[in-house]
Amino acid sequence: MSYALELRDVRKNFGKTEIIRGVNLAVHAGERVAVIGPNGAGKSTLFNLISGRFGPSSGDILLAGQTIQNKTPYEINRMGLSRSFQITNIFPKLSVFENLRCAVLWSLGYKYSFWKFLSGLKDANERTDELLEMIHLDKKRDVLAVNLTYAEQRALEIGVTIAGGADVILLDEPTAGMSKSETSRFIQLIKDVTVGKTLLTVEHDMGVVFGLADKIAVVVYGEVIAFDTPEAVRANAKVQEAYLGSPVADSQAGVH
Amino acid sequence: MEFFIISMLNGLSYGLLLFMLSSGLTLIFSMMGVLNFAHASFYMVGAYFGYTLSQWVGFWPALVIAPLLVGACGALFERLTLRKVHPFGHVPELLVTFGLSYVVLELVQLVWGRTAVDFPPPEILRSSAFTLINHSTHGLSLIWGAAPADMCSAADATIRVVCSPFPATRGFMMLVALLMLVSLWLLLTRTRIGLVIQAALTHPEMVESLGHNVPRVFMLVFGAGTGLAGLAGVIGGSTFVTEPAMAATVGSVIFVVVVVGGMGSLSGAFLASVLIGVIQTFAVAIDYSFLTLAKDMGWALSAATQENSFAKLTLSQVAPILPYLFLVLILIFRPKGLLGTRET
Amino acid sequence: MAAVYKFKPYNVGRWVIWSLFALVLVVSPLVFTSNLSTTMLAQMGIAIIACLSYNILLGQGGMLSFGHAVYTGLGSYMAIHALNSVSGGQLNIPVSLLPIVGGLTGMGFAILLGWVTTRKSGTTFAMITLGVAELVFAMSLMFSEFFGGEAGVSGNRVAGQPFFGITYGPQIQVYYLIAAYTFVCVALMYAFTQTPLGRILNAVRDNPERVEFIGYNTQRVRYMAFIISGFFAGIAGGLGALNFEIVTAEVVGAGRSGAYLLFTFLGGATFFFGPIIGAVLMIIAFVLLSELTKAWLLYLGLVFLFMVMYAPGGIASLIMMNLRVAKFGKLRQIWTSYLGLGLTATVMLAGAGAMIEMVYHLQLNSALGDTVKFMGATLNAKSLDSWFGSAFVMLTGLGLFELARRQFARDWGVIQTDIEKEIKRRETAL
Repeated sequence: MSYALELRDVRKNFGKTEIIRGVNLAVHAGERVAVIGPNGAGKSTLFNLISGRFGPSSGDILLAGQTIQNKTPYEINRMGLSRSFQITNIFPKLSVFENLRCAVLWSLGYKYSFWKFLSGLKDANERTDELLEMIHLDKKRDVLAVNLTYAEQRALEIGVTIAGGADVILLDEPTAGMSKSETSRFIQLIKDVTVGKTLLTVEHDMGVVFGLADKIAVVVYGEVIAFDTPEAVRANAKVQEAYLGSPVADSQAGVH
Repeated sequence: MEFFIISMLNGLSYGLLLFMLSSGLTLIFSMMGVLNFAHASFYMVGAYFGYTLSQWVGFWPALVIAPLLVGACGALFERLTLRKVHPFGHVPELLVTFGLSYVVLELVQLVWGRTAVDFPPPEILRSSAFTLINHSTHGLSLIWGAAPADMCSAADATIRVVCSPFPATRGFMMLVALLMLVSLWLLLTRTRIGLVIQAALTHPEMVESLGHNVPRVFMLVFGAGTGLAGLAGVIGGSTFVTEPAMAATVGSVIFVVVVVGGMGSLSGAFLASVLIGVIQTFAVAIDYSFLTLAKDMGWALSAATQENSFAKLTLSQVAPILPYLFLVLILIFRPKGLLGTRET
Repeated sequence: MAAVYKFKPYNVGRWVIWSLFALVLVVSPLVFTSNLSTTMLAQMGIAIIACLSYNILLGQGGMLSFGHAVYTGLGSYMAIHALNSVSGGQLNIPVSLLPIVGGLTGMGFAILLGWVTTRKSGTTFAMITLGVAELVFAMSLMFSEFFGGEAGVSGNRVAGQPFFGITYGPQIQVYYLIAAYTFVCVALMYAFTQTPLGRILNAVRDNPERVEFIGYNTQRVRYMAFIISGFFAGIAGGLGALNFEIVTAEVVGAGRSGAYLLFTFLGGATFFFGPIIGAVLMIIAFVLLSELTKAWLLYLGLVFLFMVMYAPGGIASLIMMNLRVAKFGKLRQIWTSYLGLGLTATVMLAGAGAMIEMVYHLQLNSALGDTVKFMGATLNAKSLDSWFGSAFVMLTGLGLFELARRQFARDWGVIQTDIEKEIKRRETAL
C-alpha cells in the first residue's frame, strides 16, 4: 500500500544550522493532517521542502510513490501536489476570475498555447465558474485581486491552490489573521473544497485543528514527535511536555 | 617581456578604475536594490567638475572637491527623485536613473559643449612613473621616472634597446584605487556605520526595524557611491579623455562587471573588474588573428577562408566585444556570477 | 428535452474600435497629404509595431529590456539583404513579403539570444539585454560584409515583379503596405493577450514565484514571450528597411533601444493601446520636435523623469483615469482645475523653455547671431533683459502652478473618494 505523501529521514541545513533533523511522515490518501508545533519548529520549512521551493540536504520525499525531492515546484505541481502560502501570494493586477483561470490552465492541458482564445476554452471557463462558487467569490468575479478584503484574498489563495485539481493539498496557515467568525466559515470552506483530497495544513488555532483533522503531526525542533489521532496526541506525554514544559518546570511553576 | 609587464600594469590600472566605478554601483545596488543606470553619468560629471575646478584652484584641490560635489549631487537626486519612486518598485527606480542619464548628458553638453575638453593631469604626473629598459646585452633594468634619450638608443647598431615607459597617471590611478579599496574595507568592517551598511546589504528591512534611519543611510550610501564615481571621473578624465561620450563608453562595461562578478558582491566586482581590465588591455595590443595563427602553425588555408572576415579579425579588433562575450559565457555556465551570493 | 439557450450578445464595441482603427489607417494620408506627413505616417506605422512588440516584454511580462533594437535592427539588415537578392535575381520573393523575412530573423535571433537572456529576471535581465545589445552593436562595426560598415547597406525597393501594378516606388504605396502590416500585427498582438500564454505571462509579471506553483515553468513562459516579441520586432525592422531603403548600424544601437523604452513607457505600458500613443509621439518628437528646438533631448529626458515619478502608467493611464471620472459624471467638477493647471504650467514652461533655448543658442548657434525665436517672440540671448524676463516668467509660473496643483490635488481627492463610495454602493446594491 503506497502512501499519498511520504517523508523518509528528511534533513535540511541552512549553513551550519540543522533546521529539519530527520522527519519521517507517511500520509495515506484522503487523510486530513494538521501540522502543529511551537514557533520556529520548522513547519513552514517542511512545506517548502515538500513543495519544491528548496531541496532537502538529505532524505527522500515521495509523492504517490515517486521521489519529488529536488524537483522544481512546477514539476511537483504537475505531479499532483499544490500548496497555499501563509502570506497571500496571488496575482494582484488580475481579476478574481483571471486568477483562478490561470490556475486551471495547466491541468486542463493548455500549457503554453497561444493559438487559442481564452474566451473559447469552455472547460477552463466552466471550471473557473465552479471554483468561484465554491469559494463564494462569484459576486467579485471581475474585481482586481488587489482590491479584495483580506479574508477574500485568503479565499482566493485557497481557490488558486485547489484549482489545478491536485490530489495532495498543502495549506500553510490558511486562517492566519482572521477573526473568529471568518475562521469558522473558512473551516467549512476548506472542508468542502478538499473532499476526497489528501490535506496537510499548518495551523496554530487548536479549534481549527481538532475540528478539521483526522490526524495530527506535532513538529518540534525539526522532528515529528507524534503523528496520531487528535485524542492520542492530546494525551501524548511528549507533546504535553513540548507545549507545556517538563515536569521539572511544572513543579517549579507549582512552587510559585 | 617588458611588453607583458607594462601591459599587465596598464590592464590592472584600467581594471582598478573599473572597480572604483563598479564598487559604488554594487554598494548602491546591494543596499537599495537600485541599479544606478546613471552611475557612468556621475563619472562623467566628476571629470567635468574636475576639469573646471582644476582651472580655478588647481588639480589637487579639485581631486578632493569634485568628488564631494558629485556626491552631494547624487545625494540630492536620491532625496528628491529616487525616494519618490522607491515605493513603486525596482523597475521604476531603474527607469528614473535611466532618464537621469539622458538629462545629465544633455546638461553636460549644454554647459561644456559637445567636443572633448583638454583636462591635463598635474605637472608631477605628466611623465612616466618608471621605465623598463630592455637592453640586448645588459638585460632588463628599471629606472624611476622617464629614461633620458641616450639610454634608449645605442650607438652600436648591433645592440637593441627598447624603452617601455609606464605612465605616472596610470600609477596614480592604481594608487588611488587601492587606497579607496582599503578605506572602503576599513569603513565597512571597522566602523559602526560600516556594520549597519553590511547588515543592510543583505537584510535592509531588518536593519530598519532595528531602528536605524535607513532612508538617511540610503541617501548617504547613494551619495558615497556617486562620489566614488566622481573620484574615478577626475582621475579617468585626466588620464584618458574628457568628452560627452565617456559615460557611454565605460557605462555598459561596468554593468557587465557587476553582473559577471555577481550582483551584490564587492569581491566579485573586484575580480571581474581586474579580469576584464587585464584581458581587454592585452587584447587591444595584440594583432593576432586566426590567419596569423594559421601562418605561424604552418597550416594551409583555402583562398575562401583567407578572405573570410572572421578569419581576418585580429584580437585587437575583437577587443571591444570581449567584456560582452564574457557576460554571455558567464550567464551560460555560471549564471550566479563569479562570486555571486544574492539572487535578484 | 428543451434546448438550453445561452445569451451571447454581439460585442459591438469591439467591432467599432477595430473598424475605426482600420479607417484611420486608410484615410490618414488622404487627410494629411503633404510629403512630410506621408513619411511620418509610414514611420508611425513601423513604430507602432515596434513599440507594441516591446510592450509584450515590458507591460505584459514585466521584463525591462534595454536591447530591443537588436531584434528590430537585425530584422532590418536581413530584410535589406533579401531585398538586394530579389533585385539581383537570386531570390524570388515578392517585396510585400520581405517584412516577414525580417520577422523570421527577429524570431531566430530571439530564439538564440533569448535562451541566455531569459535565464534571469528583473534587474539582471535588464543588464543582460544591455550587454547583448552592446555586443551586437560592437559586432556591427566588425563584420562589414553583413553590416555594411560605416555606410550601411542600401537597397532599392522597386524590385522583382510588380504586385498588381504596385511597384513600391512612391511613398504612398509603401505607406499602405505598412498600414496593412500594422493592422494585422496589432490585431495579432492583441489576440496574443487573450490567449493562455498571454494571460500566464501577465501572471508571471505579477507574481513569478506563484506561477511556478500552479504548474508553469516561469523561465519557459518568458522565453516564449521573448521569441514572439522578437518576431514582431523583426517585422517592424523589415518594414523599416523597405521604407528607408538603407540600413545603418544605428538601427541596433543603444539610442534606438532607449527610444523604444522611453516612448513605450511614456505612452503607457499598462494598457494595450499605450504603446500606440507612445509610437506616434516618438515619430512626432524625432521628426518635428528635433527641428523645432535643439534642446529636445533634454525636454524628453525631463518629461520622462516626471512621468516615472508622477504618472508611471503613462499617458494611457492618465486617459483611463479621466475616462473613469467621466464615466461617473464628475468631469465637470474638475475641468476648471485642469484649466488652471494647464495655464499656469504653460506660463512656467514658457519661462523655463525660453531660458533653455537661450542657453542652447549660446552654446551651439552663436555664429548665427544673438537672437533666437521662441514662441513668436524674439529673445536676445546676450541681453540681461531677456534673461531676467524669462526667469521672472518662469518663477511666477512656478508659484502659480504650485497653487493650482494643490487645488487640483484637493479636487481630485474629493472626486476619487466620491467614486469609491459610488462603487461600493453599486456593489452592495446587487
